[in-house]
This record gives sequence, C-alpha cells and structure tokens, in this order.
Amino acid sequence: MKDILRWSLNLLASRSRRVLLAMIAQLTRYERQLALFILLALSICGLAMAVAGTGDALGVHGAIVLLAAIAGTFWVISGYYEPEPSDDRLDRYFDDPSRLGIILAMVWVVAGLFVGDWIAWQLAYPDLTFDAAWSSFGRLRPVHTSGVIFGFGGNALIATSFYVLQRTTRARLPDQLSPWFVLLGYNLFCVIAATGYLMGVTQSKEYAEPEWYADIWLVIVWVTYFIIYLRTLVRRKEPHIYVSNWYYMAFILVVAILHIVNNLAIPVSLGHAKSYSAFSGVQDAMTQWWYGHNAVAFFLTAGFLGMMYYYLPVRAGRPIFSYRLSIISFWGITFMYMWAGSHHLHYTALPQWVQTLGMTFSIMLLVPSWASAGNALLTLNGAWHKVRDDAVLRFMMVAAVFYGLVTFEGSFMAIRAVNSLSHYTDWTVGHVHAGALGWVAMITFGAIYASVPWLWKRERMYSARLVEVHFWLALAGTVIYVFAMWNSGIIQGLMWRTYNESGTLAYSFVESLVAMRPYYIARAIGGLLFLIGALVACYNIWMTIRTADQPADQRLGDHPVPALAGGTAPQPAE
Amino acid sequence: MDNDFAVWFSKSFGLFYLIALSIGVLVYAFWPSNKKRFDEAAQSILGDEDKPHRDQPWR
Repeated sequence: MKDILRWSLNLLASRSRRVLLAMIAQLTRYERQLALFILLALSICGLAMAVAGTGDALGVHGAIVLLAAIAGTFWVISGYYEPEPSDDRLDRYFDDPSRLGIILAMVWVVAGLFVGDWIAWQLAYPDLTFDAAWSSFGRLRPVHTSGVIFGFGGNALIATSFYVLQRTTRARLPDQLSPWFVLLGYNLFCVIAATGYLMGVTQSKEYAEPEWYADIWLVIVWVTYFIIYLRTLVRRKEPHIYVSNWYYMAFILVVAILHIVNNLAIPVSLGHAKSYSAFSGVQDAMTQWWYGHNAVAFFLTAGFLGMMYYYLPVRAGRPIFSYRLSIISFWGITFMYMWAGSHHLHYTALPQWVQTLGMTFSIMLLVPSWASAGNALLTLNGAWHKVRDDAVLRFMMVAAVFYGLVTFEGSFMAIRAVNSLSHYTDWTVGHVHAGALGWVAMITFGAIYASVPWLWKRERMYSARLVEVHFWLALAGTVIYVFAMWNSGIIQGLMWRTYNESGTLAYSFVESLVAMRPYYIARAIGGLLFLIGALVACYNIWMTIRTADQPADQRLGDHPVPALAGGTAPQPAE
Repeated sequence: MDNDFAVWFSKSFGLFYLIALSIGVLVYAFWPSNKKRFDEAAQSILGDEDKPHRDQPWR
C-alpha cells in the first residue's frame, strides 16, 4: 500500500515536472530572459511590500508575492537550457494557456462553491463559524463571490477567449510569454484577493473588495490581456472579426475602465493595505454601482455571450440563427448597460431622475438581452435531437433559457415599485444566483466540456454519463436555490412592510429571520448539489486528460502531434 | 457652467447620441452588401480546419 502511494506520488511528481519543463521549453530564449526579468521585478516588489508592510496584512501579501516570484524564477531557470521551440509551432495554435486556464477554473469553482455553501449553512447554523475571525460570514462571503466570479469565471473567460480568438481569426497568439503572464498574473491577483479577505483586508466595495496594490497589479495584467487581443486581431487571416471577439473585447476593455475608475483611492501609506476611496457619499455609491452593475454586464454577460456565440453554434453544428441580430444586440447591450447601474440605488440620496434613468434603461435592456437569448435558442431549432442526446449542448441550451429568464427578472426588479419590495431581501440573492448558476456556470460548463476533448486531442469526454449526472445535479441545485430564495425574499419583503392597526410594524426582525430559516436550509442543499456536480466535472475532466489511448478527434485530425525527442519537446497531450 | 446647465446636459445628450448610434448600427447590420460577409462569418466557425493560416494574407 505504502509502495503504491509512493509510486503514484513519484509518477505525479515526474509528470508535473515534465509538464512544467515543457511549458518553459515553448518559450524562445528571449522570452525566457524576459520572464526572468519580470519575475525579478516582481520579487523586488514583493520584498518591498514585505519590508514596508511589516506588521500589516500588506507584509503577508508581500511575502506571498515574493515566494511566488522566487518559485517562478526557479522554474524558468530549471528549463532555461531546454532547446528553443522550432518554427513548426507557428503552424499550430497556442493552446497551453487555455488548458491550464480550464484546470484553474475548475480548482476555483470547487473552492468558491465550497465556501459559498459553507456560508449558506452558516446562515442556518451560525455555530459553523467555529468562533474564528477568518471564518466569519463577512470575511468568507467575498472569498465565495470573488472565487466564483473572478477565479472560476475569469479563468474560464481567459481560457476560452484565447481559444476562440485564435480559431476565429485563424492566427496564432502573437507570442508565448504574454498569455502565460496574463493567466498566472491574474491568478496571483485572485490569491491575493482571497487571502486578503480572510485577514480582513477589504475596501468594502462589492465585487471590488481587493485593496490598492492588488488593483494596480490587475490593471497591468488586464492591459496586457487587451494588448494580446489587439495584436492577434491585427494579424488575423479572416477579413471579418467574428462576433464572439466583439463581446470578449467589450468585456476586457470595459472591465478595465470600470476597475480603474471605481478603485481610484489613496492608500493610508505605502506600508499599509488600507486605502480611502477618491469618492465619498452618494458619488461613491453611484460610482460603485456603475461599476457593480457593469461588472454584471461586461464580466458576467458580455464575456459569456462571447463564449455562447462560439461554442453553441459549433457544438450544434449550425450557424447562429441571425448574425445580424447578434451585432444589433451587441451594440444594444454595450451601450445600454452603462446607464442601468443606478437602479441599485432606488430610494436613496441619489437624485430621483438618475434613479428613473437607471430604471428606464434596465427595462430597455430587455430588448437586446432577449435578442441574444432568442438567437441562441433559434439556432437550436432543427437540432433539438442533439439537445436531447448531448448533455454538453443541453448545458448551453439551459444557459440561454436562464439568460432569458434572468434578464426579464432583472428588468422587472429594476422598476422602482417592485424594487421597494425586493431590495435588501433574498429575492436579490435568488436573482443573482439564477444568473450566476443558471446562466454563467451552465454556459461555462458547456464550453469546458466542449473544449476539453478539443484541447487535449480526445474524441470525447471520458464519460458522457457523468456529464449527464452533472447536468441534472446542476439544474436541480439551481432550481432549488432560486425557488428557496424567491420564497424567502418575498416573505421577508412582505413582513418588513406589514403594519398593524396602530401603524407600527407587525413583525420584528427576528420573526422574519425565523420565517426564512427553512428556505436557508433548502438553499444550502441546492448549493450542495451544485458543488457535487462540479466535483463530478473535475473527476470527468481529469480522467479525460489522463486517458490518452483514444483516437484523436476528427475535427483536429489535420493537426499532428509532432514527433517527440526525449520528452523535452512540448507535449500537447499533457 | 452652472449646475442647471450640467443637469440639463446630463439628462439630454444621451438621447441624441444613443438614437444616432442605433440608426448607425441598424444601417450597418442591414446594409445589403454586408449580408455576404455576415453569412460567411456565421459559417466560418463551423469548418473542420484547426490550424493557423500562416503566410496567407487576408485581403
């Protein structure tokens, strides 16, 4: 038994060592030098943060950055004298960052869903904080939201955008280093964010909790990401830029704008994690929700629509129902969403006309949103037998249905009178999760299940039945979650606004908590099903990657794996 | 620039530029000669080919 364990650990170590060396072997000599230079600069930054921030959370983050940079330096040096990649690489797409991105997305989704379900149980059983500061609801909640939105969603968007960008332009990514910089740098940001929350570091802006130093790092990474996109588009071999790329580019560009503006802040000192926002009062609130709602619009919508407009038609084997409609809805979504954020601030100090403006644009948004959802579903018209037989396509179909439902619900909830009932209740939480689980996660799992066999040159996923299991777990979990929160939210909202004959509130706050408890337990069970589904997906993906003895996909047949010399050349099958 | 003007401007400029944008997008999407290019784009992702076009210019 012990021998078997040791043997498997050794195997894993030697395999991962080979994979790690192969990653360096893809870089040209110049890129290896550049990588070392970047890592040197990063380790100096980490050291400076660690020294200046001694005794502060900034010091811990400095140490993390320093350790990451040193580990990276050793890694590059260990492969520094590998032979340079041959020009043959230019005849292939550069997919390794997409492969790692998908694996990281799966790691983050399990972590993020686990924390989310943990805090869902905390709401029903408060003792589950175990009396520690780091495990309190307030600190774990941003770990959940950032973990699933940025860790899972972000890695999936980076991975699929590189994949789609290359296929739709028929051009290889411009170099080998910058995609790795974006992917690994982005994950460093995610680690800094999540560890910071556990230590109590936050600037208290929803979905923008990380502090100033993490924000600056993300700007550098994000601008590099956009430059990769532009450089590849300049070298494109297709005259027309396919619509997915428009959505992906809007996602990258607008997120950069939002991130920079909302995070304008002055740190207390260069040795402290704490900073103060450049905005105050209602301007701060408006800036935050301009950011927050457009994070939903451009991170959680535009990027994933880009994914949908590529993977759904390809998987269904049919062109998009109306290409024209996809263009019209693109411009509708990009320009109308910008104005909708103020619906988060109904009945606040924000001027009434700004609230009305946000409400109006939210209702108008239904048009481009349903145009996209309808376009996706009409594409499947004539391929419904595939939807029935293929759970991967069904993931994408259900995502489009949820996208239609959630955008309708969102427009409805933005109406001031409806908002007076729904705001601050669990209805909002249900709405967000109908979008996050039903739309974002479903389209992402569909895209991941489609990409994994393409990327690792397999005919299909290891087990179609496990995809089916995952589909039903995910759908059941989402439906249970959303129905629980609808019930809870509406009960809560009604109890808060019920008056008795003497004109005082009929229910105390604690009474509303007691009424919500059964729904909190139901919600946590729904979340648990969704988490189990993600674990099933991890196993299935892992086994697909490990099981190499399958014939290559027809679709990738013209794409021979090069003859390997002594295991030193890049190995796409790893 | 006083507050009244700033408020009037904030309330109004979007009307004009968003209508102009909508017209522009509709004209572009329905311009007859663009149809061929859109149809080709919709079809272009469905091919079997999976490698970059290395040396061939697109124009």
